[in-house]
Amino acid sequence: MNASPETSAKCEIPFTVNGEARKVVAHPMERLLDVLRNDLKLTGTKEGCGEGECGSCSVLLDGMLVNSCLVPAAQASGANIVTIEGMSAHALMKPLQAAFLECGGAQCGICTPGMILAAVHLLEKKPEPAVEEIREGLAGNLCRCTGYMQIFEAVANAARRRVAT
Amino acid sequence: MPRKEGWDKVTGAARYVDDMTLPGMLYGATVRSNVARGKIRKISFDPSVNWNEYVLVTAKDIAGKNCIALILDDQPCLASATVNHPEEPILLLAHADPHKLRKAVDAVAIEYDPLPPVHTMEESEQQSTIIWGADNIFKSYLVEKGDVEAVWKEAPHVVEGEYFTGAQEQLYIENNGVIAAFDAENGVTVWGSLQCPYYVHKALMALFGLPEEKVRVVQMETGGAFGGKEEYPSMIAGHAALLAMKSGKPVKIIYDRMEDMVATTKRHPSRTRHRTAVSKDGQILGGEIEFTIDGGAYATLSSVVLSRGTIHAGGPYYWPSVRIRTKAVATNTPPHGAFRGFGAPQSLFAMERHMDRIAQVVGVSPVEVRRRNFLRLGQTTTTQQVIRENIDLNHLLDRALELSDYDAKKKRFTQEDKIGARKKGIGIASFLHGAGFTGSGERYLNSLVGVEAGADGNVRVLVSSAEFGQGTNTVLCQIAAEALNLPYENVAIAQPDTTVVPNSGPTVASRTAMIVGKLVQSAAMGIKQTLAKTGLLGEEYTPEQFRAACREYIAAHGTLKSYAGYEAPGDVYWDDEKYRGEAYAAFAWAVYVAEVTVDLTTYTVTVDDFVALQEVGKVLNPVLAAGQITGGVAQGIGFALYEKVVWQNGRMLNNQMTNYIMPTSVDLPPIRVFFEELGNIHGAHGAKGIGELPMDGPAPAIVNAVEDATGVRFNSIPLLPEDLFEALRPQPFEQQTLPSTRGKA
Repeated sequence: MNASPETSAKCEIPFTVNGEARKVVAHPMERLLDVLRNDLKLTGTKEGCGEGECGSCSVLLDGMLVNSCLVPAAQASGANIVTIEGMSAHALMKPLQAAFLECGGAQCGICTPGMILAAVHLLEKKPEPAVEEIREGLAGNLCRCTGYMQIFEAVANAARRRVAT
Repeated sequence: MPRKEGWDKVTGAARYVDDMTLPGMLYGATVRSNVARGKIRKISFDPSVNWNEYVLVTAKDIAGKNCIALILDDQPCLASATVNHPEEPILLLAHADPHKLRKAVDAVAIEYDPLPPVHTMEESEQQSTIIWGADNIFKSYLVEKGDVEAVWKEAPHVVEGEYFTGAQEQLYIENNGVIAAFDAENGVTVWGSLQCPYYVHKALMALFGLPEEKVRVVQMETGGAFGGKEEYPSMIAGHAALLAMKSGKPVKIIYDRMEDMVATTKRHPSRTRHRTAVSKDGQILGGEIEFTIDGGAYATLSSVVLSRGTIHAGGPYYWPSVRIRTKAVATNTPPHGAFRGFGAPQSLFAMERHMDRIAQVVGVSPVEVRRRNFLRLGQTTTTQQVIRENIDLNHLLDRALELSDYDAKKKRFTQEDKIGARKKGIGIASFLHGAGFTGSGERYLNSLVGVEAGADGNVRVLVSSAEFGQGTNTVLCQIAAEALNLPYENVAIAQPDTTVVPNSGPTVASRTAMIVGKLVQSAAMGIKQTLAKTGLLGEEYTPEQFRAACREYIAAHGTLKSYAGYEAPGDVYWDDEKYRGEAYAAFAWAVYVAEVTVDLTTYTVTVDDFVALQEVGKVLNPVLAAGQITGGVAQGIGFALYEKVVWQNGRMLNNQMTNYIMPTSVDLPPIRVFFEELGNIHGAHGAKGIGELPMDGPAPAIVNAVEDATGVRFNSIPLLPEDLFEALRPQPFEQQTLPSTRGKA
């Protein structure tokens, strides 16, 4: 985050974002977060701390859950990136969104996109996680509003909905 | 009842201020002081920077009054001659490329003639250096009930204690941010992350010397606030608007996390001293309470925070006599401000720790000492407010003990703790929280609320009350829908925009559901009455009939709007001079129980179980209400065990999430939430305030549990592993003394 994008030359960076091939011209050390939000107008990815602590800027990069504030644009070259905007067709999204609404998993909503991506990432690996596994799986995503209880409930609820269908 | 704006939040579509851009928009940044106190001698600009590219604003560019109008107008928007804390804004810069701002901020050099700073409450109280007013005191209160002097001589026990709480950062995940635009015809417009649109409105009118119609404030989706966006938005909005006026372009200022943490408000640090006369069986006979908070460099909201801390200082107990002396003092640190609980978590921490101390001295259990002192129907509080509701705190306590399996655990832990390095303990806190503004506050606010029906039969709630996670949108729509017998889906809430919504007061003080909710109910009833009076609607109706009636009414009259203004309940009496009377229209009541493990190898405290039982009147929305409690408890656990602001020369040193630690998903116990419902005549459908209550109880319950586990009287929070280590580490035999913490009791 302390890189100085203004001092290095811009370059062309190609990647796939939400299933679409995109190209941006950016400084190689520009944060992926800023490229997504400012260049591609994908503002569903949020900035909370800018240092990889809060997880609000979580995106999936080649299937890994990453903090996009810590990823230099150049590192994302050629990668397959999925943001909250690209998740609508994902099989886990409907159950997760419904469960977050029903259980109160979203309050102010600023951590929610990152939290939902973390939940997707968790449920893909563990379709029926125990509460402890949910806690561990979301430990990189901070929420200041809920005290997490209703988020745990929402993720467990989504897993049950998924299994039921 | 799903959250009104919930779908936008779970899809990432919700629009926060940083998600918005305007054509030609510039980015703004703030040059701040770097000394705690001094006179500005010289400002110089590094000649290697091309300053022509930048828009530059100083105090000279302020057309109106150079202050952030709030209560006392003592805080400048931009410092011009002197600085009083190490993050005081002095100069503003804007540029089209945000990357070019940081370097420019660093390229401004400010020289000072330093003045001696004051960094602690004790230094401030000594008054050897005066940094504010005549005596460094922003505000003081004196509450007196009965004859305290008469109780000391005969009292079997006199119990003394001193208790401390630290600063706490609100740590909303969305930092402070605004966009401002200016043009001569329309004046100033600000879009921002904020709690109180009309506070910002008032501050901008004063700063620019503009009439009210030339200032427009719009609240964007707000990513958490907790009090931290009550006053500061006026500052950052003023800054962006000054840059916008100077440049003629819209200007966005979004703080990064480090700037937000170092420069904006935090919870007031506090010190409380108790001296209590107690009977042989543990009844409070009378006492003295001294409560002092550190207000920072400017008055801001300290007087009001102090007021709430003062009124809550006696807890939910009956004091036959009491003298409460409180004051807010100045130090050269950024002003402390509103944070959920607003003074009450500080003074209640002291009260609830002190109750356990009284129990020890008298030789009764923590449960019994509370039982013997609980307020009852007909008794009076420390401000002599008569308890008129039939609250049964013994019942609340019994139920909390049962839900937490208190007795069995207490017994088991006492036996188990004799061996091993992991000590278990259990602690209680019982407390109250007043809902709405203190005393005559609601009368001064004089809130106004509107409800509007459209020709399509859909209804819109018009309030300046902001949604920032607590559920304002949902609960107020629910109340309007119920009042009008309409489906929840037919009711929406207007985006808070001062050109659209009336001033329903600030979104603070746990007042939204109770005070504003009641007004929404009245305004909604007004729509119904208007339609009934004109013969368009009967007593019973379907949504279709309602729609037809609206269509017909609007065809004839143009619009269908109804407003309701605050009317003080006749029985509310308050004396601002003597600080006596009905402090709050309603109190919420609670008993919390915390179970902890203290690990004597790592010196960490883990909260294993947490029971939060409260009486908040009618619970309007169980999911949202439970979410308020779990969230508040989590912040309370942070306040007790994790969140330490490290100060150096008046500046926060650990202004990062990396080293200021809030609870993560693996740090928290199961937080088990339970409600009792008594009902309350003042609120909508009998609701009381709920938002702040859960902040009050966790810290004392946890520290009481830590003492239960370790036998050490910790009287200062946050209580970090290093504090436990200091007090509990094995010492060489000859140096062994009674462990003590910062405060003595």
